[in-house]
Amino acid sequence: MIMSGKKHKGQSEFSRFIYQLSKNKMAMIGLAIIILEVFIAVFAPAIAPYGYQEIDANALRQPPSSAHWFGTDEIGRDIFSRVIIGTRYSLSMGILATLISSAIGIVIGAIAGFAGGWADNVIMRALDVIQSLPGMLLVIVMSAVLGSGYFNTILALSVGSIPAAARMLRANMLRQRKAEYIEAAYSINCSPARIIFKHLVPNSISANIVQMTMGVSHVIVQAASLSFIGLGIQPPTPDWGAMLSGARAFIRKSPHMVIFPGLAIAITVLAVNMLGDGVRDAMDPKLKK
Amino acid sequence: MLRYFLKRLLWMIPIILAVAIVVFTLMTFCPGDPAEIILGSEATDEALEAKRVELGLRDPYFVRLARYLSDTFIHFELGTAWKTGIPIADSIKERLPRTMLLSGITLFLSFGIGVPLGVIAAVNQNRWQDSLCMILALIGVSMPNFWLALLLVILFAVKLKWLPALGIGGVKYYILPAISSSSMHIASSARQSRSSMLDVIRSDYITTARAKGVPENQVITKHALKNALIPIITMMGTQFGKMLGGAMIIETIFSIPGMGTLIITAVNNRDYPVVQTGSIFLAIVFSFSMLLVDMLYALVDPRIKAQYQRKGKMKRRAK
Repeated sequence: MIMSGKKHKGQSEFSRFIYQLSKNKMAMIGLAIIILEVFIAVFAPAIAPYGYQEIDANALRQPPSSAHWFGTDEIGRDIFSRVIIGTRYSLSMGILATLISSAIGIVIGAIAGFAGGWADNVIMRALDVIQSLPGMLLVIVMSAVLGSGYFNTILALSVGSIPAAARMLRANMLRQRKAEYIEAAYSINCSPARIIFKHLVPNSISANIVQMTMGVSHVIVQAASLSFIGLGIQPPTPDWGAMLSGARAFIRKSPHMVIFPGLAIAITVLAVNMLGDGVRDAMDPKLKK
Repeated sequence: MLRYFLKRLLWMIPIILAVAIVVFTLMTFCPGDPAEIILGSEATDEALEAKRVELGLRDPYFVRLARYLSDTFIHFELGTAWKTGIPIADSIKERLPRTMLLSGITLFLSFGIGVPLGVIAAVNQNRWQDSLCMILALIGVSMPNFWLALLLVILFAVKLKWLPALGIGGVKYYILPAISSSSMHIASSARQSRSSMLDVIRSDYITTARAKGVPENQVITKHALKNALIPIITMMGTQFGKMLGGAMIIETIFSIPGMGTLIITAVNNRDYPVVQTGSIFLAIVFSFSMLLVDMLYALVDPRIKAQYQRKGKMKRRAK
């Protein structure tokens, strides 16, 4: 893994980025947790000791024990198993929603930044309108419109993050558009599509990538908030936010029901943030030597 | 300068109108029949149909939109909630201040605690103070506010019985909501302040100030912080939207009758007028706060002020 300083000189931007990132201990810990979670999500049914809907009527709201590591919930389901299965929802929803919103945002931003003039104006004013609603409110309304369920919730979550991605790309593209290499590309008769996708977007996208890694953690929290208030993913699906929502009623007598699903969300968000910080530092041109 | 802000203020009118149209349109696509939700599942078909006609749901989309817009923006008639029959204007008058208070406290705490923490971390870069602040901040930004709220309730309301778990009343009722809604923002403003302080501290004029023999604490507060504040204020503007959204969730946990509980219940009841009008008011509050951020900019950064003035002069000359 360790490369000598000489070796990484003259290599591509990407391998420099990977080298920088791999030197960052916090980022690597974050990445390790994320990989572990992906592993758990893939093999969840094999890891979970009980089925996520398996009811044990003799063990209602039991505190953690050797039989039920995280205790049981109000109808006797094993919380550890439900948290394990729940790994499949949080992280994947965060990543998918961020990918969708970034992809749409980048295309919109690229059109606005390249076209300029009235097209730019119309797009930016439309983004103004969307952004004048607080993000969570927009996500709540979108979620009510699209209905519950995994993919509908992902769509609802992604709508809130499109404007920021579009603005970021547009701003960087406006800066790039005046660069000499773009003029050169025009002069050798490159088509606009080629200029946008081969030159402008790749050179303007680094800020968006940083924004995306930071955005994943925000979306995970939003997704959990949604199912917490009863929209988004619905019970009995063991989404962590939905589990917390169900546990709220028993907060006085069975606090363990609140602690573990929340801890799972917090650890996931922490890992994503640690990796995100590393990505930002590795991409920051100020740190380049 | 003044002209610029007046222009921004006028520009808010079409934006808010567009917000109203967007939310109205979204709500019409909302699955679920409001008549059935109001009357319950045992209602007869005739009663349901009569209710739909009464609510105006049978009219074409454009007729309903036009009626809604003219009622709201021309006659300032906000109507009543379908489900409860309470005038919407009354509920907003009662609830909006609570949500704004909660978001305001959050803003105040995140600025008042987060910025000093970030400055302390930046001044002591790579020392233990820095590591401690940044680890705390990393944990803070990763802690979902509603989970923190539940944990605080378990500790302070259920176990220690020091503070009430829900409802509204005196100051005591706002302590737990304020902590849980602000922790994430305190942490993120600490992170932002640290990085923007570090950017500034490395610049030449700070070295110059030190070389001139300016005392260190003055270098930090007068020279560095003043310049570092600009990106921090930008962030605060965008964060305020998140604070309003976060307050909506926190309200549901602590049963605070604010805009969040109003809108979330209305969404679940398919109470379209409440959702629409509530959203418009939150959008107005948010737009005003963004305008305020821009004005703060001009206060902190004389370059921006000069830019506005130059623009104004150039325009006048062009005429």
